Amino acid sequence: MSQTNATGTTEESFGQRLIRASSHTNIQLGVICLLILATMTALRPQMFMSSYNFESMAFFMPELGILAIAMMIAMLTGGIDLSIVGVANLAGITAGTVFGYLAGEAGVGALGSGAVIFGVGVGLLVGVLAGLVNGLLISGLKITPILATLGTGQVFIGLCLVLTGGPAIVGFPPAWTWLGNGKIAAIPVPFVLFVVLCVGLSLLLSRTSFGLRLKLIGTNPKAAIYTGIEKGRMIVFSYMLTGGLAAMAGILLSARTNAAKSDYGSSYLLQAVLIAVLGGTNPAGGKGNVLGVALAVISLTLLASGLQMMRVSNHLINFVWGAFLIVVIALNALRSRKGR
Amino acid sequence: MKLFSNTDVVIALILVAAMVFIGLINPAFWQLPNIFSLLKSNVVIGLMALGVLLIMISGGIDVSFTAFAVAAMYLVVRTMVALDFDGVIIPFLCATAIGALLGLMNAGIIHKFHMIPLIVTLGTASVVRGLVLGLVGTSNVNINQMPEALIEVGRANIVTLERANGTTFGLSAMIVVYIVIAISIHLILTRTMIGRSVYAYGADPEAAKRVGFKTGRTMIFVYCTAGALAGFAGLLHSSMIWLANPRDFVGLELDVIAAVVLGGASIFGGRGTVMGTVLGVFILVMIQNSLILMGIDTTWQRVVVGGMLICAVAVTALRDRRALV
Repeated sequence: MSQTNATGTTEESFGQRLIRASSHTNIQLGVICLLILATMTALRPQMFMSSYNFESMAFFMPELGILAIAMMIAMLTGGIDLSIVGVANLAGITAGTVFGYLAGEAGVGALGSGAVIFGVGVGLLVGVLAGLVNGLLISGLKITPILATLGTGQVFIGLCLVLTGGPAIVGFPPAWTWLGNGKIAAIPVPFVLFVVLCVGLSLLLSRTSFGLRLKLIGTNPKAAIYTGIEKGRMIVFSYMLTGGLAAMAGILLSARTNAAKSDYGSSYLLQAVLIAVLGGTNPAGGKGNVLGVALAVISLTLLASGLQMMRVSNHLINFVWGAFLIVVIALNALRSRKGR
Repeated sequence: MKLFSNTDVVIALILVAAMVFIGLINPAFWQLPNIFSLLKSNVVIGLMALGVLLIMISGGIDVSFTAFAVAAMYLVVRTMVALDFDGVIIPFLCATAIGALLGLMNAGIIHKFHMIPLIVTLGTASVVRGLVLGLVGTSNVNINQMPEALIEVGRANIVTLERANGTTFGLSAMIVVYIVIAISIHLILTRTMIGRSVYAYGADPEAAKRVGFKTGRTMIFVYCTAGALAGFAGLLHSSMIWLANPRDFVGLELDVIAAVVLGGASIFGGRGTVMGTVLGVFILVMIQNSLILMGIDTTWQRVVVGGMLICAVAVTALRDRRALV
């Protein structure tokens, strides 16, 4: 009866809520983004502001962004998923193996979009199943997420090695590589997918009971159980979602590089943790939002591309990531202490 | 002295069963050269595992020690090459000190900011590896440049036997170093106040604080010792393989953690013994090294290690099963 009224007020308060909830960290992150942008532009004006640079960032960023969001979802319940890179590679490699079987003698180039859709489905299924394994180990056997996913991550990477025998799988169907290199109306396809995923997940986490329950479990597991939340099942679902997202990232990675290998993207794990924490996710659970993670990944991508333009070696960029992570942790700790 | 706790006996039985099983599949397993080389491969992983054991007993986890090992090893060897220095004791002391200092960094950050050890050590590992590769160098120090004295250390044997065809094989003297250090850690953990404080902190940090343990000191002891052991093991590794590779040990942290968990230590802290860890390391190394003897393709190695880790944690989780939450 008060349906229209209710939606009207939620619409309003939703906007307010969004601003309030994301006010602190997200505005900070937005400012950091702009600062990095301004600094890099000042240092390397011609190169940095070129449309080529932004385009390459838009191709490169989504994989990392999706992995970071996957990590954030695992962290919402107070867990962590160290197997995401393994899942990502396994998804790409399984799809590549499937294409190899499907194409047979004709070569993968001949495969049409139907086969590719099937491949994407297989890849995502692999991710969701991997997440199911993680979730069951964590909620069923009560293994700590760190060790469970450390172990399964090894198994997944090991399976990649078994499937490929070591070398990379090279050569995917054209429709598959379009996912990583194509454009829709001048916007890179991976970026479009990233935005769609961000919006979808943001709604899922902030506007459905699923998201709310996940955060409740992370905030106070005991209270969540007494409220009647089926904690075990929710945790399994959250790891399945994490696994599916990791597989999506793996699909984009293999589509962009037209190859899949067991040890691709191994530095992504640290970066995903870093971005999730930087984006306002609390690794102890209960706090995290998609917008923050998206802003964090944008600012880090800007920073990385700027550093690369200044010819800083990749090793030192790794150093910067690690140092950044520790500084962010320290600042968060200091701030929460002051709050108390 | 109760050297074997209950869990240790179980692990020892598993070890014996695994040895018999592998021996049945391929009797070559029982030949002395194989046993000696197995013992030798225990040393480096074992030393690191002792450090990780301390950290796990205190309720933490560490993924940065391999980075520290690389940093200590590579810095020391490069310095020795640059100075044309040929000694043994000073380099090993330096490597240990470098490891301990880096461990101090971990302890400081974890204790000061009450931050999850996993995330801190992920960060410090990346920092240290990045600095070593970015500033010090990326090239291997090969056998022709390696300091002679280090190679001599790695070559030293306590027992040398002769095969039927006249070639010799021996038991590395490093095994003695490993045993001595393991016994020291065992004594520290069971006989000293600081050792007890590690168990107390792991079982309940707040309670440990209230009974009067200086928990900051405990954290420093734990992480510095782990770093020191890693640094020492790193240099030992390079003197045993006659090579200093700044990209070494990638992924080894998982093997070491798996070994410690196999040895019965609990991720929740407060539980774990040196004996168990030594046995856990032996099981892991033995199974890894015996895959070929058992006719299993080496590509399966990581699946096997991961699977073993999962089984080990599942069993310890069932043992340590806590309440509803």
